[in-house]
Amino acid sequence: MNFTDIVVPCLVAGILLIGLIRNVDVFSVFCEGAADGLKTCADILPALVLLIMFIGMLQASGIVEALTSLLQPLCSAVGFPEQCVPMVLLRPFSGSGAIAVYDGIASAEGVDSFAGRVASVLLGASETTFYTVAVYFSAVKVKNTRHAVPAALCADFTAWLVCGITVMLFFGV
Amino acid sequence: MKYLLGAVPFVALVFGLLNGKAADMSSAILDKAGEAVTLALSLCGIMCLWCGLMRVAEGAGVVKLVAKLMSPLLSFLFKGLKKGGRAMQLISMNITANILGLGNASTPLGISAMQAIAEEENAADTATDNMVMLTVLNTASLQIIPTTAAALRAAHGATRPMEILPCVWIVSAYSVVITVAAAKLLARRFRRRKKE
Repeated sequence: MNFTDIVVPCLVAGILLIGLIRNVDVFSVFCEGAADGLKTCADILPALVLLIMFIGMLQASGIVEALTSLLQPLCSAVGFPEQCVPMVLLRPFSGSGAIAVYDGIASAEGVDSFAGRVASVLLGASETTFYTVAVYFSAVKVKNTRHAVPAALCADFTAWLVCGITVMLFFGV
Repeated sequence: MKYLLGAVPFVALVFGLLNGKAADMSSAILDKAGEAVTLALSLCGIMCLWCGLMRVAEGAGVVKLVAKLMSPLLSFLFKGLKKGGRAMQLISMNITANILGLGNASTPLGISAMQAIAEEENAADTATDNMVMLTVLNTASLQIIPTTAAALRAAHGATRPMEILPCVWIVSAYSVVITVAAAKLLARRFRRRKKE
């Protein structure tokens, strides 16, 4: 049995149990939240149609291959699969864009391939940096964001650097 | 983003024509539009499940509990804010919402927290250290259960959608530590020029 096999059932049961103990109206509160999830999905769908189409077009044109083969030596140095390069480039800008890239990688290489795993780890371990910075600072009308962008990009860079190696250690290539 | 949207298909078109891949591109465009809908639909179930569960956790007071547990750590990261003040409270709620993956809750909380910091520190149009710290923490992924990544893996038929969990934790931990260190160190290099 795998450790991660237990995490999800425990979480589901645990949360529902705590909810019952604390007298939460579990069913209706759950449905409220689930409706939120549905809304999120509906919100990203139109963007996904455009972005997945874009990425399909780019891949079919051969430009992605050209670009990734250019960056290939850099990536193999840190054990990063070159198929995931578009993911690194797009992730800081757009969440649905990254989902679209992931979809491409998982279809082409397989979910449980090395590249597929690295892409999903990267997706789970990073955020849409530029979007967040823009939203947060425009809320307080700050124009000079000082070191916010360089410091935030350090997170994305670190994720790229350790992602390949970590997946390799856990699952092999 | 606007320019990117115009440039991408154009670049792809030119490159594709030069490569002689027009037929591939044409079929890719039509296939992918349908694929996007399938993908969004297959994501939907897991997204709904987690959003629902996390709402129950929120209702049960888990958010308040986690926020309390984190307060020593947060007062180390955010210097000079009143303990138990409005800004500090909003910050801990925002970070907690991030950890639990309550995406819809964390952004409004984060924005209110930014406004509260601006008020407390009397900031004009230049970011303060605490503002940068909050933003940077929000750009690093703190989420314990990477819902979207797991849902995508499930949608693609992975045998164990959640098996990436430890990897995600390790990578997130690295990037959070590095970005917090960077925020602390760079704060000295990027001094605020304006003195009130």
